[in-house]
Amino acid sequence: MNKKISTSIKRVDAGIKTGGAARYIGDIPFDGLLYGKIVRSSRARATIKSVSVPALPEGYYYIDAKDIPSGGRNRIEMIKDDWPVFADEQVRFIGETLGLLVGPDRKELNRLRDEVQVEYEDLTPVFSIEESEALKGGPIHGEDNTYADYRLKKGDPDAAFAKAARVIEDTVRTGFQEHIYMEPQGVVARTEDDGKLGIFFSGQCPFYVRHAVSATMGVPEDQVRVQQAVTGGAFGGKEHYPDVISTPLAVAARKIGKPIGLFFDRVEDISFTPKRHPSVTRFKTALDEEGNILGMDIDVRIDAGAYESCSMVVLQRAIFSVNSVYNIPNVKIRGRAFATNNVPSDAYRGFGAPQGLFAIEAHMSHLARAIKVDELKLKQQYLLKQGDVTVTNGRIHEEVKLPEIIQRIDEMSGYSKKLKEYTPGSWKGVGVSLFNHGSGFTGNGEQEIIKGVVKMRKRADGLVDLLVSNVEMGQGLQTTFRKIAAMVLELPVDSVVYNDPNTDLVPDSGPTCASRSIAVVGYLVQEAAKKLKDRWKESDIVEVRQQYEPPEGLIPWDQANLQGDAYPSYGWGANVIEVEVDPLTYEVTTKGIWAVHDVGVAIDEKVVEGQVDGGIIQALGYGSLEKLEVKEGRFQQKTMADYTIPTTMDFPKIKSALVDNPYEYGPFGAKGAGELVFDGAAAAFADAVQMAINGDVKQIPVTPEYIMEVREDGNN
Amino acid sequence: MATINFSVNGTSHAIDTDPLRRLLDILREDLKLTGVKEGCGEGECGACSVLKNGILVNSCMIPIGTCEGTEIITPEGLRETVQGKAIIDAYGESGAVQCGFCTPGMMMATEALLRKNPSPSEGEAREALSGNLCRCTGYDMIIDGVLKAAERGKGLW
Ligand code: FES
Ligand code: FES
Repeated sequence: MNKKISTSIKRVDAGIKTGGAARYIGDIPFDGLLYGKIVRSSRARATIKSVSVPALPEGYYYIDAKDIPSGGRNRIEMIKDDWPVFADEQVRFIGETLGLLVGPDRKELNRLRDEVQVEYEDLTPVFSIEESEALKGGPIHGEDNTYADYRLKKGDPDAAFAKAARVIEDTVRTGFQEHIYMEPQGVVARTEDDGKLGIFFSGQCPFYVRHAVSATMGVPEDQVRVQQAVTGGAFGGKEHYPDVISTPLAVAARKIGKPIGLFFDRVEDISFTPKRHPSVTRFKTALDEEGNILGMDIDVRIDAGAYESCSMVVLQRAIFSVNSVYNIPNVKIRGRAFATNNVPSDAYRGFGAPQGLFAIEAHMSHLARAIKVDELKLKQQYLLKQGDVTVTNGRIHEEVKLPEIIQRIDEMSGYSKKLKEYTPGSWKGVGVSLFNHGSGFTGNGEQEIIKGVVKMRKRADGLVDLLVSNVEMGQGLQTTFRKIAAMVLELPVDSVVYNDPNTDLVPDSGPTCASRSIAVVGYLVQEAAKKLKDRWKESDIVEVRQQYEPPEGLIPWDQANLQGDAYPSYGWGANVIEVEVDPLTYEVTTKGIWAVHDVGVAIDEKVVEGQVDGGIIQALGYGSLEKLEVKEGRFQQKTMADYTIPTTMDFPKIKSALVDNPYEYGPFGAKGAGELVFDGAAAAFADAVQMAINGDVKQIPVTPEYIMEVREDGNN
Repeated sequence: MATINFSVNGTSHAIDTDPLRRLLDILREDLKLTGVKEGCGEGECGACSVLKNGILVNSCMIPIGTCEGTEIITPEGLRETVQGKAIIDAYGESGAVQCGFCTPGMMMATEALLRKNPSPSEGEAREALSGNLCRCTGYDMIIDGVLKAAERGKGLW
């Protein structure tokens, strides 16, 4: 391990945040600020007949599609542009934006909003993958309601199934998950002194916002200036959604000529912002006489909701993850993202991978139970190795340290020993999961779409400006990026200046997502710093620029057929979880949590450990507590009292370790970590519960009610 | 309307306002004390924690009308004290801070705990902070921060 870089330093933002001095979007004073309130659809699928707005008091405004300047578009240009800024003619989900009320008093805005009368003609909505697939009420999207329908094939699955002695079928389901970033969504728009449109926001991707706003307004991108504010958590929930609220707000700010803030309260945030995609994954697995896996046939379906946004990319990651760390020789995979009249699903930490990884881990554990072999032994039989073929017929280029990871976690947790000690069904259980996560954008996204650029400047005062568009959102980037630059330049960390990005001042190094900030942009930071070091003596002020180039030796990506190397490198991990289940109430108590990860090299051990802790607890929420039900297009849990995330009391202290495995194209050998650490805990938890109750667990969250169902099924 | 006399971080205020307004809004909007955060507005998350006469409360649940004659401490006040500084340092060293939105509230809850129990066990610290939600850290490092503050700041509380 590169001890020097991994040794922890005190986070640069800790003091200012703890004392309450850091300014989040709602803390920044804006002179003469007005407030916006979104007028939302109350129907899931309907034609809008008319909207009638009450008489507005002086100083109040109603803004809708008619106010979009000529040359602008009533479309939010995200990865797809199917989501309108203001619903026109039709609404596709409850909560869709119809218009924006603006004025000085928030109470008055609420009153006015309640008085807006909308006449609808209802259409038949669909609220589940099954209803969508059955085309209930006619298609919402295209002819078959799929935003994307992909097929992958590796080896010769048909021949494998023809030879099978036995085929095991299994269906695994995962639910919605709400981000619950502690700071709700917020954005402010105003016209700046130089005539530009200024957007201040809480979120992950300043250049996404700039692009979306400029397209809606019909102005060149450099006429929009986006400034990120200190961001109170995001987890993917502030990757695209800020585009959805900054576009109508920009229209209003331009028309009214005053600064306007749009701040969600928690109920609005839970009710109407995107969630993690629910999924249903059906496996058919062909086994020979001895129980060896010959092949798999996998069908992945996700509920993408009312607009596509980024769902096809989420689906790609889901299907690329559905063989996880296993080299199954013959596989066919179909993946479909279905349109429904639920709130659009969108990015959430892991971006489809947690669904795919949970499904395969659950299925492997069910296989082991069905053929009565040791689960970990079964899994170990198929572990990917360097040089092996992936489901996209790419290769694993790096050394796979899973054997070492498994050995470490077994020593730490006593997994094998406990497996022997506890009898299945004795209300005590221990579960294991293995997983990996590709760093960076899927396929050729980094070189074809993102084309990230980093700049670095030596200033006359001897400080160094680090110019990047990636943001601090809690994951520690303010600290880790500075460390990378400072270590290369052999300067103290505090001589590197890295401010919350402003799109006028920094180049577009791409969005803050996809575990790419350290793995991809961090490498550009390192390379830029090397260049600057070489040219340090040239002059008082020296500026260098570094653009992304793909690593050498990859199998080129074919986007049309999803073939080649989907990711240049992966993080790897294993989790073990131990539980006790109450035989009367089916309440689960978690007794121990262990984790071992390979993130290449940690840029800062404490920052990585913080990601590990937070990722695992968030994933345990996903796996156990966080039930979010949708009924007739409305989430049934709308408050933090109904939708319960883990507290200090729910889980014991986590024991974690890292395995060193430097990656050639990562800064100091680092790979991505932020999502990997979310990927395994739900599966290990479910596995532990199924041992404790001796019944197959096939869905998350594993609530006491679900455990009762499994028990009752088992007894029948 | 009513006039409410109370003190915030040692300064006296007389505020003419609707007595049903939330203490949270008075602090954030009228007094510009934005270290107090709103995470939920319904008493669930603890981001809006302050001390009211030394007792930890969620300021989003307190009508200002009930604050007559009280002493309120917010993160802005606490951070200037030796105890507050000890907590801030301990949090920084423990890795307790990520996005930071929950953290001022966590600091208030830590202060309230240490005033009552200057050397808490891990379990007691978990219990004392159980009304404060954090989505980033998984809590372990926050609990480490509380224990470290207690140990380093021995004698301060
Ligand atoms: S904002 Fe007061 S408890 Fe959440
Ligand atoms: S640090 Fe982000 S919510 Fe606690």
